[in-house]
Amino acid sequence: MTWLRHKTHDVPWLPGEKRQVWSVEARVEFEAQGEPVKVSLAVPQTQTRFERLAEYTASPGYGLAFVENGRERRAEWSIRNADGPQTLYYRLDLLVDPSLTVADTAPPLEAPSNLFDDSPHATSALHMLDSAVERSADNFTLARELILEFNLQKQSAGFLEQRQARSRWLKQLLNYAQVPAREVKVLTLEDGRRRQRLQTYLQVFQGERYQLFDPRSGRVGLSPNQVMWEYRSGSVLELIGGSQSDVSFSIINQEIPVSQGLEKEGDHFSLLEFSIHSLPVEEQALFKGILLVPVGVLVVVLMRVLVGLRTSGTFMPVLIALSFIQTSLLTGLAGFLLIVGVGLVIRSYLSHLSLLLVARISAVIISVIAMVAVFTVIAYELGLNEGMKITLFPMIILSWTIERMSILWEEEGPHEVFVQGGGSLLVALIAYLLMTNDIVRHLTFNFIGLQLVFMALVLLLGGYTGYRLLELRRFSVLGKGD
Amino acid sequence: MLNLLRELKDLRKKGVLGMNRRNISYIGRYNERRLYPLVDNKLTSKRLAIEAGVSVPELLGVVTSQHGIATTELALREQSGFCLKPAKGSGGKGIMVIRRGTEGGYLRSNGQVISPEDLRRHMSNILAGLFSLGGAPDQVLVEALLECDPSLTGYSHEGVPDLRLIVFQGVPVMAMMRLACAASHGKANLHQGAVGVGISIADGRAVLAVQKDAPIKRHPDTGMDLRDLQVPRWQEMLELGCNCADMTGLGYLGVDLVLDKTLGPALLELNARPGLSIQIANGTGLLPRLREVEALRNPARLSVTERIAFAQAHF
Repeated sequence: MTWLRHKTHDVPWLPGEKRQVWSVEARVEFEAQGEPVKVSLAVPQTQTRFERLAEYTASPGYGLAFVENGRERRAEWSIRNADGPQTLYYRLDLLVDPSLTVADTAPPLEAPSNLFDDSPHATSALHMLDSAVERSADNFTLARELILEFNLQKQSAGFLEQRQARSRWLKQLLNYAQVPAREVKVLTLEDGRRRQRLQTYLQVFQGERYQLFDPRSGRVGLSPNQVMWEYRSGSVLELIGGSQSDVSFSIINQEIPVSQGLEKEGDHFSLLEFSIHSLPVEEQALFKGILLVPVGVLVVVLMRVLVGLRTSGTFMPVLIALSFIQTSLLTGLAGFLLIVGVGLVIRSYLSHLSLLLVARISAVIISVIAMVAVFTVIAYELGLNEGMKITLFPMIILSWTIERMSILWEEEGPHEVFVQGGGSLLVALIAYLLMTNDIVRHLTFNFIGLQLVFMALVLLLGGYTGYRLLELRRFSVLGKGD
Repeated sequence: MLNLLRELKDLRKKGVLGMNRRNISYIGRYNERRLYPLVDNKLTSKRLAIEAGVSVPELLGVVTSQHGIATTELALREQSGFCLKPAKGSGGKGIMVIRRGTEGGYLRSNGQVISPEDLRRHMSNILAGLFSLGGAPDQVLVEALLECDPSLTGYSHEGVPDLRLIVFQGVPVMAMMRLACAASHGKANLHQGAVGVGISIADGRAVLAVQKDAPIKRHPDTGMDLRDLQVPRWQEMLELGCNCADMTGLGYLGVDLVLDKTLGPALLELNARPGLSIQIANGTGLLPRLREVEALRNPARLSVTERIAFAQAHF
């Protein structure tokens, strides 16, 4: 089956040798109120670095049209009567082409009315503009200095942002200074991400050229995996006849052979039919993670049956490895050791209270959550954004780990705790390294048939009656007998 | 790598039984799952033993609920010595041996004095399932204290030495004496540092003694020469082991026996997943012996005496 997929569908064995295609899915949700509904979603066009390959929509019962008004392109759904929660999908395949450049023309200048009244906001904003103008040479440096000014004068900036977003102020101030600029919505492409949001950037023009600025940091330009979703000064989503609208994005990365990427633009669904690839992108992204679990499980089976490592909790290492993927390795390791370490101290206090088992574990769960909260706040205050990822750990599993290790400590002493804890971490590490490996990710996602191979391997190992690697050492006294 | 391969060959030649093979080929094949509770719960195995006429340490009481703890503790103050065990405990976890009551407390076998409060907390922990497999709620057994047979005193520091027999399809295949010592804190488990003495099935004499996987000659605390160790009343011990296997119906069983001063050979506990270190203590692998028994035609039909005769002739 896996071979078939490779041969007939030409899905490559190895990643990297092919063109990169990002599939982005926008999911529009809203509450219809039993009236005619009209939904209009801004959709991107071919732009610098990204070529639009194909687009698909899923919207049962809705009429759909792509409207080009002016230079803006929008998907418009309409229906006569709809009631209750509605979900519409728009999916876009973007081919990465680093050599592609698309020029853009500057938007007309707008006269920002609220800078001409004598409100304290206007005064304060114009004051900042003045000092930025003095330090700037052209349009781009003015934008940079203006953002710097906002970052330096935190109090004024905070005061201004009470009224409207910083990017809006920046745009208005630049227009005031006769610099064409607009706000654009940028999507960061990250493989396997779900429920991603758009970020607002500032596009500043100088003649035919333009540059993008991050209104927070003042960083110039887009990173290679950022795409402009909406860049015509319009709104991302417009809705008539509904409420509580929301749009979120799911992204996955696919490798497509160059030939296929170019020829089969239209019907690449039929090519990959009967696979996970026909699911909506959000579910695909989910499966990308799920399909990795068997790899981790296989590692656990290997380590326990062939090597004989002891781990605390049979599949705990897989779950730890999964959370390492979310947190990145170092943060994950540090967080894990921190929580388990402090958890053991708390647990040793709890054991003096002679509680019943269920109550004790519940107490441990609550303290683990409290610890996670405290560490996250401390990490945030210290400016360590990485530390906030601790929240991604599976709390219940952590609590059981603490409980088991604590009992182990009481019964067998610290040595055994380190043996088992170390064993668990080692297995988790190996599982993590495998599961983050690009080749493994590529294979498990594109060849579902491999799951059967994993199954077969596990069944085979289940019947293995030979020695475990560590038993060779344990019984080595016996071997030397003669 | 080459070293590992050589080691693998050596172990194969010696017929050492590994964990995987034990689980699949022996425990999985010969031990029926439904029989496990008989041995996993000390209370049921004790009742079974009494029915079958096997002598066991006297059961002083059972605590099944939290509110039973206080009354039991009061009653125990009168006792000269006793032993608390979790019914579903494994690997000797949670066992507390009390020598005698002292002023305002109890004297443990390792010389530590604990308060009645500590004793009650220990019982509460047992009930909560701290020592049981999978943390299931448990019961506390209160047993009379065993007294070491005079012929064996001196071989054990604290605690009574016990004999572990592996009984396969009713035939005793390997035996080991476990002696507690200071390094093992009075516990008789080999991985906790107790001394293991391999015993010949034929005559009950010591074959080899090991501590922490290394061969030793003398008991580390008492200095007794372990090579002189011979288990008294050996035939009775073997018969008792066979009877225990018959009454449970398990094909691959670990039987722990003791030699009590007054009771004589008595059953301490049964184990459906006996450990593999017995091979280290005997300096030889289990596999050849197990295969010989497997080659027997219908060992279950043989009488106990015939099986023991077979074992003594072969092992």
